[in-house]
Formats: sequence, C-alpha cells, structure tokens
Amino acid sequence: MLLIRCPWCGMDRPEIEFRHAGAAHITRPGPPDRVSDEEWAAFLYLRDNPKGRVAERWRHVHGCGRFFNAVRDTVTDVFVVTYRAGEPRPPESAPPETLPPETRP
Amino acid sequence: MVDGFVDTPRFRLIEAPPLARFVLRAPDAALKAAGKAYGLALPEGLNQGASHGERGKPGARVALHLGPDEWWLIVPEAEGPEVAAALEAALASHPHSLVEVSHRQVGFVLEGEGAAALLNAGCPLDFSEQAFPPGMATRSLFHRVGLMIWRMAPGLFRLEIDRTLAPYFVTALAEAAKDHS
Amino acid sequence: MTAFRSPAGGRIDRSKPIRFTFDGRQMHGHAGDTLASALLANGVHLVGRSFKYHRPRGIVSAGAEEPNALVTIDRGGGRETPNLRATQVELHEGLVARSQNRFPGLRFDIGGINNAFSRFLGAGFYYKTFMGPRALGGTKLWARLFEPAIRRAAGLGRAPAGPDPDCYANRFAHCEVLVIGGGEAGLAEALRRSEDPACRVILCDEQAEFGGWMLVEAPERADEMVEALSARPNVTLLPRSQAFGAYAQNFVAIAQQLADPLALSDPELPRERLWQVRAGEVVLASGAIERPLVFPDNDRPGILLAGAAETYLRRYGVLPGRKIAILTACDTAYGAAFALQDAGAEIVAIAETRTAQGASEIAARAVARGIPVLPGMTIVGTTGHLRVSGVQLGRIRPDGAAEPSGGFTADTVLMSGGWTPSIHLFSQTKGKLRWEEGLGAYLPATPAPGQTIRVIGAAAGEMPPEMRSPAIGALPAPGSPDKVKAFVDFQNDVTARDLRLATREGFRAIEHVKRYTTTGMATDQGKTSNLNALGIIAAETGRSVPEIGLTTFRAPYTPVTFGLFAGQARGDLFDPVRRTPMHDWAERNGAVFEDVGAWKRAHYFLPRRPVDAAASGHAAMHEAVQAECRKVREAVGLFDASTLGKIEVVGPDAAEFLERAYVNPVRSLAVGRCRYALLLNEAGFIIDDGIIARLAEDRFHVTTTTSGAARVFGMFEDYLQTEWPDLKVWQTSVTEHWAVMAVQGPRARDIIADLVEGIDLSNAAFPHMAVREGRIAGMPCRLFRVSFTGELGYEINVPAGLALPLWERLAERAAEFGGGPYGTEAMHVLRAEKGHIIVGQDTDGTMTPDDMGLGWAIGKKKPDFIGKRGLMRPDLVAPGRKQLVGLVAEDRSRVLEEGAQIVPDSLAPAGTHALGHVTSAYFSAALGHGIALAVVEDGRNRVGQVLHIPMERETIAVRVVEPVFLDPEGTRLHG
Repeated sequence: MLLIRCPWCGMDRPEIEFRHAGAAHITRPGPPDRVSDEEWAAFLYLRDNPKGRVAERWRHVHGCGRFFNAVRDTVTDVFVVTYRAGEPRPPESAPPETLPPETRP
Repeated sequence: MVDGFVDTPRFRLIEAPPLARFVLRAPDAALKAAGKAYGLALPEGLNQGASHGERGKPGARVALHLGPDEWWLIVPEAEGPEVAAALEAALASHPHSLVEVSHRQVGFVLEGEGAAALLNAGCPLDFSEQAFPPGMATRSLFHRVGLMIWRMAPGLFRLEIDRTLAPYFVTALAEAAKDHS
Repeated sequence: MTAFRSPAGGRIDRSKPIRFTFDGRQMHGHAGDTLASALLANGVHLVGRSFKYHRPRGIVSAGAEEPNALVTIDRGGGRETPNLRATQVELHEGLVARSQNRFPGLRFDIGGINNAFSRFLGAGFYYKTFMGPRALGGTKLWARLFEPAIRRAAGLGRAPAGPDPDCYANRFAHCEVLVIGGGEAGLAEALRRSEDPACRVILCDEQAEFGGWMLVEAPERADEMVEALSARPNVTLLPRSQAFGAYAQNFVAIAQQLADPLALSDPELPRERLWQVRAGEVVLASGAIERPLVFPDNDRPGILLAGAAETYLRRYGVLPGRKIAILTACDTAYGAAFALQDAGAEIVAIAETRTAQGASEIAARAVARGIPVLPGMTIVGTTGHLRVSGVQLGRIRPDGAAEPSGGFTADTVLMSGGWTPSIHLFSQTKGKLRWEEGLGAYLPATPAPGQTIRVIGAAAGEMPPEMRSPAIGALPAPGSPDKVKAFVDFQNDVTARDLRLATREGFRAIEHVKRYTTTGMATDQGKTSNLNALGIIAAETGRSVPEIGLTTFRAPYTPVTFGLFAGQARGDLFDPVRRTPMHDWAERNGAVFEDVGAWKRAHYFLPRRPVDAAASGHAAMHEAVQAECRKVREAVGLFDASTLGKIEVVGPDAAEFLERAYVNPVRSLAVGRCRYALLLNEAGFIIDDGIIARLAEDRFHVTTTTSGAARVFGMFEDYLQTEWPDLKVWQTSVTEHWAVMAVQGPRARDIIADLVEGIDLSNAAFPHMAVREGRIAGMPCRLFRVSFTGELGYEINVPAGLALPLWERLAERAAEFGGGPYGTEAMHVLRAEKGHIIVGQDTDGTMTPDDMGLGWAIGKKKPDFIGKRGLMRPDLVAPGRKQLVGLVAEDRSRVLEEGAQIVPDSLAPAGTHALGHVTSAYFSAALGHGIALAVVEDGRNRVGQVLHIPMERETIAVRVVEPVFLDPEGTRLHG
C-alpha cells in the first residue's frame, strides 16, 4: 500500500483513502458549439500512457474529500510531487526524458 | 446496538445519545461570524476538532474541521433548531451551506488504553501521539467502511459512522476485539 | 527416550514429553521440538513423495527453506492445513500430521511408477504434453480424460474441502525501525536502535524463539538479548512471524502464527494475524541459507544439509544418524562433523570437493580426530531406497570429469555447498542486486527509489570465512551426465539434466528456463535451488552468472493461508450490508429481499410465510407482485424508497450548478416545485436520473438512483472542485439522513391527510411535482408530490431515526383502505406500465435522452451542460438509433424475456442483425397481459409493426407499441 501526500491535509496518508481520477491537466473544451468533433473526441477518449512520470488526478475521498494532482512515476510508483487542483505542474516534476541524461532518476 | 458488545478492561465502545448534526461549508471569511454564533470558535487548522461542555449535555458544542471548507457541528439534539437559526442569521451575508444531517450518522465513544490498537485492526493510520495527537480529527477507513475519528485524549476517541454502516463497524470491531483479549 | 535423542543438551524441555502422530503412527517428542526434529528423534527421515517422480524424500533443512518435508496438519473439525514445512511446525500435544502426494501410502506409493518413466517427464513435460496429441483424441478428449489424471499424480497437499472454521486477525502497525530476522545481527540491531525510547522498533522472526543460529551456538547470549529487548516498552517482539512480502515505501506484510499450540483450547481466538507494517526504515537481517550440492541421487531420505544436522543435534538434541558421510565445498560442514562425532556418531569420511582444501587447518583437525578427509572427491551415486544406505565416491579429474573411487556405507549423508544470503525481501522491493563472485551469490546493492531498506549480517554477505564458498552448479559425474538424476530443485523435481536439456532446446534467458523447467517455482521459490540452477546454466551456455541474470523473487516468501488474506472479510463482514430503517418491519411482514448495491431492498412481500421452500418460488412471487400492483392501482401502496441517493445542494450558485449538471432547465424552476431530471456523462449518454426539488432560492434537494448515489456525488464533487470552482455552491449527502416512504394510489391522500401539519394537500395548493416542508405525525418532513407509478403519489422524507413508527402507522392505515406495502418488483411493473425507464436496465450506457423518448427534458436554450457537446456528435444524431418502444406479444398472455434479441423476420437465420432487445418485461395486472419495454432501431417509426423474437424453441411475434401502456393522458396522477 502506497503512501500518498495529500496537499490539503499536509500528511502522508495510506493509499486506500484515495481514489484515482484519471489524467490531470485535461481541459474541458468549450463552449460546445465552438468545439470540433475531433477536439471533443480527444477530450473524451485520447490519453497518453507513458512509461515514467505522469500527472494524474487523485481524490482524498476517505479524508478531506479534495481532488488534487500528483506526478507519479509509472515504473517505480514513486510519487514525485502532489499539488492542489488548479495549480500548474511543478517544473521539477518534468518527465525525465526532458532532463539532462546525468540527472535522470 | 453496542451495549456490552465491545467492553473489555482495555477498551469500551459506547453509543452516543441522539445528537443534532450539521455540515457547514463556508469560506474562511465566514469563520469568525460562524464561531461567534455557534458559541465555539471553529478550528482553523484542517483535521482539527474542538469542543466545550460535556457531550450530549446542554450547551455542549463540537466543531470538527474535516475538509478545507467543511466543518461538522454537533450539539445536543434539542439545541439543533436554535443553533441552525443562529448560524443562518450570522452567515446571511456570507455565501455558505448549512445542512442538517442529524440522522445521517451514528456517534460512538471508544475509550481505554487499548483503543488506538483496536482501531488499528481495521484503520491504517498511525495512532502514535506524534502522528495523531489529541485534538486531531479526520475521516479515514475501518476495513470496508468510512468513519470519522476524533481523538479527544490519548485513550479517548469520538467516532462517527454512516447510519447504515454502523452495524458493520460494530461487528467488525467486536471481531477485532477477540485479537486483543 | 526416543532412539535418536541425545541424553542431554539442546533447547528442548525433556521434562515435557509430547505425543503426536505421523501418518497415524503414535510418536513422542518434547516441548521445543519442531515436527521435523521430533520425527528425526524417532528415526524417521522419509516424510514425503516428490512432486513429479514420487521419489521418497526426507528432511533436508531445519528452516523455512525446506523443499521436501511438506506435510498436512489436521487439527480436527475441518481445521486442516496442507503444505506446511515440518521444519517450521511446532510440536504440540496431540498434533496430527500426514504426509502428502502418495497413494496408498508413503512407503509404497503407486505414483512411484513415474520415477521409472522419468525420462519422459523431463524439462517442459507439461508444455509438450498438454498441447494434446491428436492421436489421443485431440485436445478436447485429452483435456477431459488424461490431463486431470496427470495433474492429480503431480502435486502437493490437498486443499481442505469445507469452509475454514478458524478466524484470522489483522493489525496495521507503524514503527521507526522494522527488523526482519531475529538472529544475532537482527537482535543486535534491535537493541541498538531501541536505545532511543522514542524509536519504535518491531522485531519479527519466523521461529518460535529468537536467536537464529545463536540458538545452536550461544543460546544463553540469545536469551540475554531477548530479555533486554522485552524490557523495553518501545520494542514489539513478533515471534512465529514470517515477513512474507515487502512492498513500496517500507511496507511489509507479516504472517504471525498465534494459536497453534492453543488451537484446541479456544477456537474463538484468531489462529493467525496479518501485520501490515509501515516502517521508517526496514532492516533486513534474514541471514543465509545453506546450499545443497548437486550430485547423482542426492535426494534420498537421510541426505541433508550439514548445518541442518548441526542444528538438530545442538538445538534439538537429535542425532540425524549414526554412520555419517559428508560431502562439502564449505568449511562449516567440519563444525557439524565434530559436533556429531562428539555426540557419538561415526563420521565415515569427509569428501572435500575442493582439491586444495586437503591441507587446510580445519581438515587437519578433522584428520586429528580420526575423520578421513578426501580432497578432490565427490559423490557419484548413493544407494538405498526409503533411506540412504551408502555412497559411491568419485575422484574429480583436472578435466572436470569424475572417476569412480570406492565408497562407504552410511545411514546419513551431509552436504554443504556454502551459504546463500537470503535477499528475497530486498529483491521484492525492487532493490538492485550485485553478483559477488567470491560468495557465489547475489548481494543487495541499491535500494529501489522511495525505499529505506538496509540489509545487515549474513544476508548482506557479512559472513565469517568458514561460511564462504563460491561453489554453485552441479558436481561432476562419471559417464554421461544425462544418465543420472542429480536434483537441483527438490520441490519441483528438477534435475541438472533438465536444465541442460532446456538450454539445448534453446531456452537461454533465465526467466524462460524457469518457466520451462519449473525450477525455482512453487512454495519454496527456489530458496535452496536458484544459485545451483544458475551455475548449471552458466556452465552449459558458457556465460557468467550475471550475464544470465536472476529470476524475480516473488511474494510470499513462504506460503500464506487464504484465511490470512481474507481476515475478517467473511460471513457478516464479507461486505457491508445496508438496511433501511424499515427493514425489520419488512422482514416481520414477509419481505423477500434483493440486493441493490450494498442495500437490502424488499423485493416483494409474502404475507403468509410459505411452509415449504417451493412455495416461495416463481409462482408465489408472481402472485404477490400482482396483488401488490393491484393494491396500488385500486387503493394505496406503501413503498420504502429510503435507498434513493439524496443530495442537498446549497449556495447562491446552486441553481446555476444544477443547470450546468443536468440536461434540464433548473434556474427557471420555482421554489416549491420539482422536476424529473436526467444526468449525462460528457459523451452524451444517460448515467442517472432523479428529481430536483427547489426548497429555496439557494437550496435544492436532489435525488439519484440507489446504485448511482455515490457515483453522482463524486462526479458533482469533481465538477465543483475542478471544473467550476468559481461557483459558490456546496453539496452535502443526505441519503442516510432521510428515510423515504412513497405513498402511491388513489387513496394516497386519504391515509396521510390528517397526519400532515402545515401543508395544504389540495391539488390546487400542492399539485403534482411540488415539494413542501412541514411536519407529519409531529416530526419534520419534506413532502414531495411525485409519482413513479402514475398514480396520485407522495414521497414522505422524514429523519431516518424517527421513520419506523410513522411507517407502521401508514401501513396500518393502508391496510384499512385495502392497500399495503409493495416491493421493488411491483414498483418495476407499475413504472413500466407508465413507460418510465430505469437507468441501467432500459439504458446501457449508450443511450441518449432522445433514444429514451426524453428529448423534451433537455433545456434547448442552455449554452452548456454536461453532455451537451457529446450529444452533438455525428453518431448520436444519426438516424436509425435504437429507441425506447413498448412491445406486446401477439399472444398477449406471454411475458417476454429481458435481454431477448429482436429481428424483423420470423424465419431470420442465425446471425441475423438484431434490431434491438427487450429491456424490461412483466405481466401487467392492470392490463391483464404481458408488457415489455425494448430498444429497437428506429423504433418510434415502427409502432404498429410486428417484429420477432427468436428463442431457443420458438419465435415469438411481438407488436411494437407506444411505451406508455396505461393512462397516457396522466389523469390518474391527480387522484
């Protein structure tokens, strides 16, 4: 069972208190009459599935109830950082392939 | 529901009397006014509980800060209507939500030196006094069901569980107690 | 005193004899014995038959690594555990143990015939065979007849057939330091770390006593250390506790045996306890495991590890034999030899595989003791059937072959190939390993990210010189090495020959070799075999061990009972069950319940409990449901709708939020009014429905379906927090606060009228789709004028804890008017008569409002709502979509089957494209015939057409009709 740091509670809490909620930083396009079918299909169905660091949404459903974002490494399961919904992805959580080779984790 | 069910020298589970419960959702700006009307300052820190007076007795007030803008207010049953009216009046100029949930939950007191260890049969939190000091209140899980845990003293917990899930919780706690005999 | 028990010494309590049986034979041991040590004390080496060849097998080790001595322990009353290692089973009075994988008996086992045919059972046997040779009737016949027989012949113990009567406990625990392994290194670490009273230390060990090898060599010191630890309040000692899984972020699962010695005294006490430990730091002090040597016929009973023999002698006071030959590649075997000699055994010879070792100081000491040391020598064969009787030696030539060189008679053979650090748990955490050539072993190198784990003692390779030996692989044998059986993996019956064959057949990656030969699999996970297997593959393929790699160590380290994982989740605690406040009343009044999510809902009522079970069958249900429906249509029915999800939405932007969430216009809803509302997902499909009631400008009471309650609440929370955080609105779940009683039927008003205070119930003041707050029978209520049945109806919301007395009063009154309670089945019939859909039954996640004939609900002028853009997608507006219609069979008495497919033609061949399917079907008491709802392509344009439903034995002709069967004008709603 992983420990996940809830950025609202400021505590590491056990994984079973949380619920995964899909990819983060997906913007709902709108207004409806200005969105193309392709754009809407991409919003509904197209997601990246990278090996490595992903930004995803979690909800502390059995805790403070808040949604938040997390950067997690899909290889090691390590949570690089968690941050509140609405905040930008912290630069230090960039995918490793964008970092200089000697600093990659 | 629980009389004599979980009762050992190391811990005891007691069902709370009927209480009036409210969920207050409000921005920080409304806190002062709310606390004044309620007669108890609402705790500002998230996952903090505060109270004065004896539980279930006239004038007793409980306030639990469980979400960033979410407080649970628990008072003796008979005082529910006046508390609600006072809060609505005080918060008229603040956007807020006050909803009565008196019957949504069942309250319990779990006390005794073994209380924390017993909770750990189904709750994955660390109940050391450093990690979960007296005064802390939070939602978590006990096996399959959610519950609210408020630590009032090292060996004194106030618990709130959804009404229909309380029988499961009590049965699970009694089963766990076998491992602590 | 049993035959092989030494007169003194060891940790056993000779004043406490213990009786036990093995395969029905009565024997004696002592307190402090394991089953293995007690068996050896009784001269029993033969304890099992091997997995594949059914070869006689004996006790090889003295610990968790035991591959052979797997037994079934029967504690009576269905308390039966297979596949326990006799080396770990503590002896207790009356213990009943049985050997496994033999028929009819251990000494004569018919399956032993497999041994004679072993050349057909080599590497990949199962893969090659279970393909199903055509000559034997092809795959189907093979699978039915032959495969089960082969599988039965190969295997371990049998799982008990009955339910497990034991109970199991769970504990979450937290500590600063978790020390795994209570040997010298672990005890010292626990002592050192627990000096700080703020540092919580948990120390676990698989054995009943802490001390590890110290219990052999320096038991008093172990006792002192344990005593010191016991005195510290910040230390938790977990004996009989196997750390079996290590997971991310220092999370370790530990299986603790609790009740075995007490098992017969109190079955209510848990037998095992699962510890789920979160540690600040994990210190792995799991020690090292002695490696067997791979020589021909190395698996006969009486051949065991040298360290195990020393353990049995010095810790348990048991001589494993009297005439002992030793084969070693490691100096620790000399210690065993000396101790056994001192205890009176004859050491016939020490065959030393290391040529240069003949001149070592320890060899000289052996010679001085009169023990012949034969350097450069191996064992090339053993004799004996149920017990080893002698060894043939072979001189190792410089070219690596061996030539026969005499032999000895012996009743026991000890072997030592050196010691392998036990790094399984470190590897489980995905820590990186490094190969240590001088040790012939992998050692922990770098912990995985996020892991604070430190490995100490022998597990880290910190071993005294006499434990270090780089010998891995197979020893030379004369002639063709493929003619002999030199076992690498005792548990899976994998020989050196099998591994060589696998490499010759092209399997080079170790993961492939493992799967093909099964080496390193099953309960022991290769504890004694992995490195010898690697050595053989390396030699065969001319590569180094690191080039070959290492297979993944998998949890559990040793087998764990299913009961431990299930824990409390059984019986009443298998899953939470939610009961409404009216549940007990319903039960008393004959309700038959159905599960809806976690809820128990009254399905229908059998007022007089049937005497026999048959009467509660379909006919009784049909009769009850018809009667309930008639009561609602003719008088009044009472329905428990408490399970509906209820959400209170409050705040200045409450109307705006609901306007954006539901398809309906909500801002225009007047205070005191309700609206039937549809909820879509962003794709445009219906996911829930309910009633939105406006209690005040800024306060709404919203209902959801029973099963959708949590999902809808979570979805709203998502939009509120992340999509529209600017809206000043909050939602609160009040599902559990309000109990809901639906009162439906022409007499509905009559039974509530004089109970209601402060609400004018007249049609004019309180019309259909209105809501009022007031009091009923003295308690606060929210009263809805709504109808799912098409009748005059109310839904009374009262606080859950007050509901039952009101319900009882209403039930009495309903009965006075000729009405009564109705269950979910009648509710389904009544709503189907009105063409009302059930989300999830008439919809399947691909249905739009228009598909369901509910396009009218959509607020056409709304700029946006959840699903609006989705509804504009080309496929969702294309012609020919499936639409909700009614069906009536041409034979009107028929009730169709839900799920039945609909085709245009009565003679449609199999595979014809289906136009749609039946979603709901009932017999309507009000109409006197069967009715059905269905989704059919272009259905609304087909009203009047006859379509067909092909069933197994016939094809049913059905007529497409409007989905509203009863009172299409809605006059009944107004009473």
